[in-house]
Amino acid sequence: MQKTYFGELLKAKWSLLQGFATTVEISAIVIVIGLIAGMIGGLLLVYGPKPVRLLMRLYVDVLRGIPVLVLILFSYYGLALMGVNISAFTAGIVALAGFCSAHMSETFRGAIDSIPAGQTEAAKAIGLTFPQRFAYVLLPQAARRIVPPAINTAVEMVKGTTLLSIIGVLDVLLATQQTIARNYMVIEFYATAMLFYFVLNFSLSRLGAYFERRFGFIRY
Amino acid sequence: MPATAAAPRPAASTHEILVARNVHKSFGETEVLKGIDLTVTEGQVVALIGASGSGKTTFLRCINLLEEFQQGSITVDGDPVGYVDQHGTRRRISESRLAAQRARIGMVFQSFNLFPHMTAAENVMLGLVKVKGMAKAEARSIAEHWLARVGLAERRDHHPYQLSGGQQQRVAIARAVAMEPRLILFDEVTSALDPELVSEVLGVMKDLAQSGMTMIVVSHEMLFVRDVASHVVFLDAGRILEEGEPHAVFKNPASERLQAFLGRFTDIIGDITAR
Repeated sequence: MQKTYFGELLKAKWSLLQGFATTVEISAIVIVIGLIAGMIGGLLLVYGPKPVRLLMRLYVDVLRGIPVLVLILFSYYGLALMGVNISAFTAGIVALAGFCSAHMSETFRGAIDSIPAGQTEAAKAIGLTFPQRFAYVLLPQAARRIVPPAINTAVEMVKGTTLLSIIGVLDVLLATQQTIARNYMVIEFYATAMLFYFVLNFSLSRLGAYFERRFGFIRY
Repeated sequence: MPATAAAPRPAASTHEILVARNVHKSFGETEVLKGIDLTVTEGQVVALIGASGSGKTTFLRCINLLEEFQQGSITVDGDPVGYVDQHGTRRRISESRLAAQRARIGMVFQSFNLFPHMTAAENVMLGLVKVKGMAKAEARSIAEHWLARVGLAERRDHHPYQLSGGQQQRVAIARAVAMEPRLILFDEVTSALDPELVSEVLGVMKDLAQSGMTMIVVSHEMLFVRDVASHVVFLDAGRILEEGEPHAVFKNPASERLQAFLGRFTDIIGDITAR
């Protein structure tokens, strides 16, 4: 019987859907952790006491300087040798989230630093406490400057999840490769994977564009 | 512009709003305040004048602890600002207590510093809602009242970038006054304005002064100082060199430094005391 793309797609659907779900799940977890840790990291980089600032700076610079693949291999094989036994899935999240947090911290730091000092002074002068100043005065203004680089990092993280196939995480890429191993339809199924990644990342970019417009009215 | 003919100034009170004693402040090695003593009573309008670098803005910023000072004390309404003396050691007070103190001291800045992501009304409302815990509706009506008072009722829903410098500065004044502070600090509030916008801001300040608000004003507008201030303080190199009632100080400056300083203005606007 002649093999058709749709016939093979149907056969592989559960494997591929599982792969899609894993990629989306890991990406979402990594980006959310990255945003939260990045916000805290950014605040520590700007307002932390000097030793904390130095430690954060070290963390950010070291992690940004290491290829993600090396981080992934280290967190999977290296941690196991140190007696920390985690699944490939968890090891992947640890490595990607650590990397993402470093980038997001730097993004938040830059955005907070770029707001004129007069904004903080005016907020202090009306009696706002530090958390209030951050929530109502600094963060809304920083948001506009955070969105473009944060979306950029998020897209890189989605693409970075493909590296997890190397340690055996059954993501879109590995599921695709397994499918191709059975049916040899190389072009069709890599194209399917590409389409999936493109749709996911294009949606992220559109979301970013929406937020940029949303905050676009902030001018000095 | 609201009419300024309003009620006469309330009779001078002897209630001390601000008491600064021996305030010293250094930036690194450079001592910029070398022992400032100043008392401001309720309803007084005190003008700080002096050349650039004389310390007047720095002193103003010490009053609500936008600048830290290393020695001396400042109390507002009897409450020591920023630091307390605990068994002989000088301790910085907690952030939350400091925030509460700042809420009772208004400040208007040279560069307006309005929050760009908020409308004029929202700028005024922020402190009322978040610091004073008012309901939004109540805060809005207070904001609208003060925006009308500074002549900007129509502009309440505009964002700062849609307003002129003079309008922004009037919103900033409304933001400070709406908090009902015990004292408002004005830091060269007309210096960043185009000349034709200066008078609308000075008009609002004059109106406030006449309503009995206690004000400390750093200004280079000598005619405004002469007409509105009840007390003028001349700072030179971090010290108060002369102070007193404006006409007297302007007419008979005792020190050469003040004579020279005033001379620079008389060259431009003529005899300050004559008009």
